Amino acid sequence: MRDALSVALTVSVYGVAFGAASVAAGFSVVQSCLFSLLTFTGASQFAAVGVVASGGAGISAIAAAAMLGTRNALYGIQMAPLLKVKGLKRVAAAQITIDESTGVALAQAPRGTDAMRLGFWLTGTGVFIFWNVFTFIGAYGAKSLGNPASWGLDAAVPAAFLGLVWPRLETMYLRLVAASAVAFVLLVTPWMPAGLPIIASALVAVGFGWRER
Amino acid sequence: MSTTMLWVVLIATSALCFAIKLVGHSVPERWLANARLQRINALIPIALLSALVIAEGLVTKTHVVVDHRLAGLAAALAALFAKAPFPVVVIAAAVTSALVYHLH
Repeated sequence: MRDALSVALTVSVYGVAFGAASVAAGFSVVQSCLFSLLTFTGASQFAAVGVVASGGAGISAIAAAAMLGTRNALYGIQMAPLLKVKGLKRVAAAQITIDESTGVALAQAPRGTDAMRLGFWLTGTGVFIFWNVFTFIGAYGAKSLGNPASWGLDAAVPAAFLGLVWPRLETMYLRLVAASAVAFVLLVTPWMPAGLPIIASALVAVGFGWRER
Repeated sequence: MSTTMLWVVLIATSALCFAIKLVGHSVPERWLANARLQRINALIPIALLSALVIAEGLVTKTHVVVDHRLAGLAAALAALFAKAPFPVVVIAAAVTSALVYHLH
């Protein structure tokens, strides 16, 4: 219960950042809110608006978001046997299958399956509510500010990406993957259409993950 | 990007991301149990998010450009090294970048 609440509160900060980034990229406040309601998976949403902001093609934005969303399928595979739901409830469960709900559910494992289920539903719905409310606040706030560069919004967006990737760089190996992706984008940017280097950077992940270490 | 295209991006992204989630709840476990797929999948967020930092902070269209955004990113990096929480990181970047933008 406490886990679910603290996770939902943390998410609100990212929600504000997403709302602001989305408006800075050219989406309306309504579109930004629909993103959070319908897509509801933070990293994918950030990636889609990020590609749009960098002048990339629509298809690149969609592809980048889908690639970042694939891990939710792996979460679903772990959650489905635990939740055992059908019909509309399964649709709802699928929509709230994200990093946070899966993480809290798995952390409850020592307390049994009932606690895991409760953790999943509480965190999923809590994050859903907070994420959407704070997306609106961020989007509306950014809209009232005007020129993004004047308020540093154009730097806040890459800083948000940096803040998202930073905690994941736990080992030297993962830092090497990140550094390689950085070098890759700097190298290919002049030779590729805008936005494409972002999805092409998935090749770095393929290159590193192909063989067992 | 045109308003129509923004709607296309919004709807297609939402539909695909939901479909991916639903697939996870619907397929037998062994389908996605491939070890290589899991290794690559675990690295994709790191590669893509790192790429986005550069694409948003150092690139304008198809050129690598050094401007006020880099000052903001440097401030964000300093905040992260100082173990600052996420909001501080983002605000430090915004304030620094805006300052450099106006001084320039």
